[in-house]
Amino acid sequence: MLHVTLESETDFEGWRRQARALVRRGVRPRDVVWSPGGTADLFGGGELPEMGEGQGEAAAFTVPRAFVELAETVVLHADPQRFARLYNLLFRLRETPRLMELAIDPDVARLQAMAKSVRRDIHKMRAFVRFRRVELEGVEWFVSWFEPEHHILKANAPFFRRRFAGMNFSILTPEASAHWDGVALSFGPGATRAEAPTDDALEELWRGYYASIFNPARLKISAMKSEMAVKYWHNLPEAQLIAPLIADAQRRTVHMMEEGATAPNARPHKPAPQVAEPVPQDALAAARAEAASCRACPLWAPATQTVFGAGPVDAPVMFVGEQPGDQEDLDGRPFVGPAGKMFDRAAQEAGLERARAYVTNAVKHFKFVPRGKRRIHQSPAVAEIRACRPWLMRELELVRPKLVVAMGATAAQAVFGKAMPVGKNRGRLLALEDGRQALITVHPSYLLRLPDAAAQAEEYARFVEDLKLARPFLAV
Amino acid sequence: MDLARKLSILADAAKYDASCASSGTSRRDSVGGRGIGSTEGAICHSYAPDGRCISLLKVLLTNACAFDCLYCVNRASSNVPRARFTVQEVVDLTLDFYRRNYIEGLFLSSGIIRSPDYTMEQVVAVARTLRQTHDFRGYIHLKTIPDASPELMAEAGLYADRLSINIELPSEASLKTLAPEKDVRAIRRSMGRMRARIEEAKEEKRAPAFAPAGQSTQMIVGADDVNDRTILATSANLYGAYRLKRVYYSAFSPIPDASRILPPQAPPLVREHRLYQADWLMRFYGFEAGEIVDEAQGNLALNMDPKLAWALRNRERFPLDINRADRGELLRVPGLGKTAVDRILAARRVRAVRLEDLPRLNVPLGKVMPFIICPGHQPHRLIDRADLASRLAPKPRQLALAL
Repeated sequence: MLHVTLESETDFEGWRRQARALVRRGVRPRDVVWSPGGTADLFGGGELPEMGEGQGEAAAFTVPRAFVELAETVVLHADPQRFARLYNLLFRLRETPRLMELAIDPDVARLQAMAKSVRRDIHKMRAFVRFRRVELEGVEWFVSWFEPEHHILKANAPFFRRRFAGMNFSILTPEASAHWDGVALSFGPGATRAEAPTDDALEELWRGYYASIFNPARLKISAMKSEMAVKYWHNLPEAQLIAPLIADAQRRTVHMMEEGATAPNARPHKPAPQVAEPVPQDALAAARAEAASCRACPLWAPATQTVFGAGPVDAPVMFVGEQPGDQEDLDGRPFVGPAGKMFDRAAQEAGLERARAYVTNAVKHFKFVPRGKRRIHQSPAVAEIRACRPWLMRELELVRPKLVVAMGATAAQAVFGKAMPVGKNRGRLLALEDGRQALITVHPSYLLRLPDAAAQAEEYARFVEDLKLARPFLAV
Repeated sequence: MDLARKLSILADAAKYDASCASSGTSRRDSVGGRGIGSTEGAICHSYAPDGRCISLLKVLLTNACAFDCLYCVNRASSNVPRARFTVQEVVDLTLDFYRRNYIEGLFLSSGIIRSPDYTMEQVVAVARTLRQTHDFRGYIHLKTIPDASPELMAEAGLYADRLSINIELPSEASLKTLAPEKDVRAIRRSMGRMRARIEEAKEEKRAPAFAPAGQSTQMIVGADDVNDRTILATSANLYGAYRLKRVYYSAFSPIPDASRILPPQAPPLVREHRLYQADWLMRFYGFEAGEIVDEAQGNLALNMDPKLAWALRNRERFPLDINRADRGELLRVPGLGKTAVDRILAARRVRAVRLEDLPRLNVPLGKVMPFIICPGHQPHRLIDRADLASRLAPKPRQLALAL
C-alpha cells in the first residue's frame, strides 16, 4: 500500500505530479491511498516502486485536455475519495485513450457529475453570498458569512475581486476566509458565524423589494426551491419572508378576483399636449404618409414598415425595383441594402447622377418567410403587385419622370401593367402609353445571386451598358 | 414619501415584466476601474415564491402613465398609488444593492410622462450617472420608449447592455383594443432601428458600443383570445426580423384594480410554460414555428411537452437508431436534450451506445425508450400503441405544493 500526502484539500498540482509518477510506474489505483491536507498517516508510507522495464519516460502518455479540466474541478469536491477516483480514471486512460469522450462510461459519468456539483456550488456561492456593511477603524468593509458545500473558496475568490474591485470585503467560511483590501487578495483561517456581522441597515429595504417583486397570483414554490435550495435560506436575509408571503398569497389573489374590476381613476395622468404631426407640405409627402398605413394586401402585417420611394420630386428618371429587402424594411428607405449598393456602383460607372434620380419599388412591403434568425426573400405574387400598383402610379404622376427604368420582371410588370420578359426587352428604350420612355433591365439582386464570378462580371457589365441608356436624361 | 414606500410601489409596478436576464453581454469587470461591477455569467441572486429569478433590481422610474393599456396595473385610469424616484435614488439603490451582492444590475423602465423624449431622457440619465459618475460595470437593461429621439436611443445603447421594447400582445387587433395608445408599427420600427444599430456596433470596431446583449421583448398571453399558433408565428417573425435575443411570454395575471374588459381569471400558468418550451424548440432544436402546434388544435397541448406531442403526431419517423440518426433527428426525440445528444454523438464515435449506457445520459428513460433503437433495445411496436400518449403524458399534479 502506497500512501501519498497532498499539501492541502485542493492541491491539484501536487496530485498531478504524484499521479504522473505513479501511473508511469504502473501502480494500480487500489494500491494507493491519497491524503489531502497532510492528515494523519493512517496506512503507513510505503515506497514508490523503482521504474521497471518499459516504464518511466518511455511509458509517458499525454492525457486529453478534457481530463485536466475535469480534474481541476473535481479536486474541489468534498468527497474524500476524489483523488483516488481521479487516479483511477487516469489509470484507465492508458488503456482507453478516448475514454473522456464516453460520457456513458460509469467512471466518467460519476466524475462529470461531481464536477457539475462543484460548478453549481461555485455558481450558487456567487449568487447567495450576502455582504453586510461594517466599519473597521473608520474604514468601510463588507463582510459575508457563507457555507459552501465543497472546497471552493480559493477558486471562487478571484470572481469576487473582479466584481468588487472598488470595495473592501471579506468572505468568511468554516474552512477558510478570503479578504480583499483594494490591493491584494489574501486568505486566512476558517471562521464561525458569530464572527460575521448580524445585520445591515439595507436589509429591510431589500426585503421590501423582495416582497414587492413577488406576484402572489402565480405561486411556484417547487421552482423556487429547485433553484434556491432550503439549505441556503438561513444565510439569506430575504428568506424569512418566504413563509409569510406564501401563506398570504392565496388570500391576496382571491381578494383581487373578488374585488374584480374597479371604477376608473377619476383624475388620470394626462400627457403634455403633443405637438401636432406636421402636415405634409407637398403631394408626394402626403402620398408617402398615406402609404405608411396601406393595407391593400396582406404583406403589411409581418413587415416593419412601408418603404416608399425616395428622391427629388422633379427627378428626370425614376428607377423601379422589385420590393424592399431586409435592410430596407428596417431602414424605411429603398435601395440601402446589398442590391442598392450594387445599383449605386453601377449607376456611377454608367455616368449617372444618382442623387437626382427617384428610386422606388413595385411592391412597397418586404415579402419574406422567417428562417431562424434570418428572413428569406419571397417574390411578390401578381395580386400583390397589382394591389401596390396604385402607389407606383401616384409616384409617376407626381414626379413625372421623362424615363422610367424597370429593374427586373416584377418592376417591368408593374410599370407596363402586363408581363414584359426582361431578356427580350432589355437594352433599348421603349415607349409607354402616356408618351414617357421606359427602359427594362435586370434587377441588381439578380447579379448578387449569380454563383460564379465570371458570370457575375459579365452580367454586371451588361447591366452598366443598359444603364448608360439613361445618360441623356441623367448625365453627371 | 419615504424611500421604502417608493421602492415598494415602483417594484410592485415593475413585476409584470418577466425578463430578468443578465446574460450575453460583453465581458467586463471592475479591476482597474473606479467602482464596482462585472458581467461574468448570468447570476440569479434570489428566487421569489412565484418561481421567478431575481437577478436585477427591476423598478419603474415612475408608475404615473399617460397611456391606458387595460392589462397594465399602471394604466392612467387605474387607482394604484403613484410614486416617482429621482435619478439619484435609483442610482444609489442600484449601487447599495449591488455592493451587498443582492443583484447583477438594474432593469429600469418607466411609465410615459409628459412625452416619450422627456421620459426616455430620465431613464437615460440614470444609466449615464451609473456608468460615468460611478464607473459602474454591472448589467443595465433599459426599456426603451417607441418614438424617442435617435440621439437618446444612441445614448441609451451606449450605456445599456440590453434594450427592450414590449410588443405586448400577439396581434394588432388585440393591441388596438387593449392598448389603444400603442402603435405596433412604431414598436416594429423601433425594433428595426435597434437591430440596425446593434449590428453596426458589432460589425464596425470603431462604432460606439450599442446594447451588446441585444434586444428582447415581451408578449402577454391569455389577455386576448389569440391561439398559440399565432403567438409562435409572431415570435418567429420577431426573431427573424429583429434578431431578438428572447421573446418573453407573460401569462396574463389578475392585477389589483383590474379593468372591466379583461378576463378575471388567469390562464393556466402551464400554457406560458409550454410556450417557452415551444420557443426553445424553434431556437435550438431546429423546429419551424408552423410544425410545433397541431394544425387541428391551434393551441399547444397542456398535458405534455410540445416535443412529445409533435413526436406522437409524427410516429412514422420513429423509432430512431441512436447509433445512426443524425443530430437533427436525435434532437427531435422526446426526452433527449442538447447535452444528451452531444454525448451520444461523441460516444458513438468511440463505440456503440447500448441499452445499459442509457441511464448515465440522465434522461427520462420512460419517455425516450419508445422512440429509439439501440443494441439491447427494440421498442416492440410500442410506437404503434394507441394508448402511448396517455402512458407518456405526465400524471397531473399540483403545480404549487405546500411548503
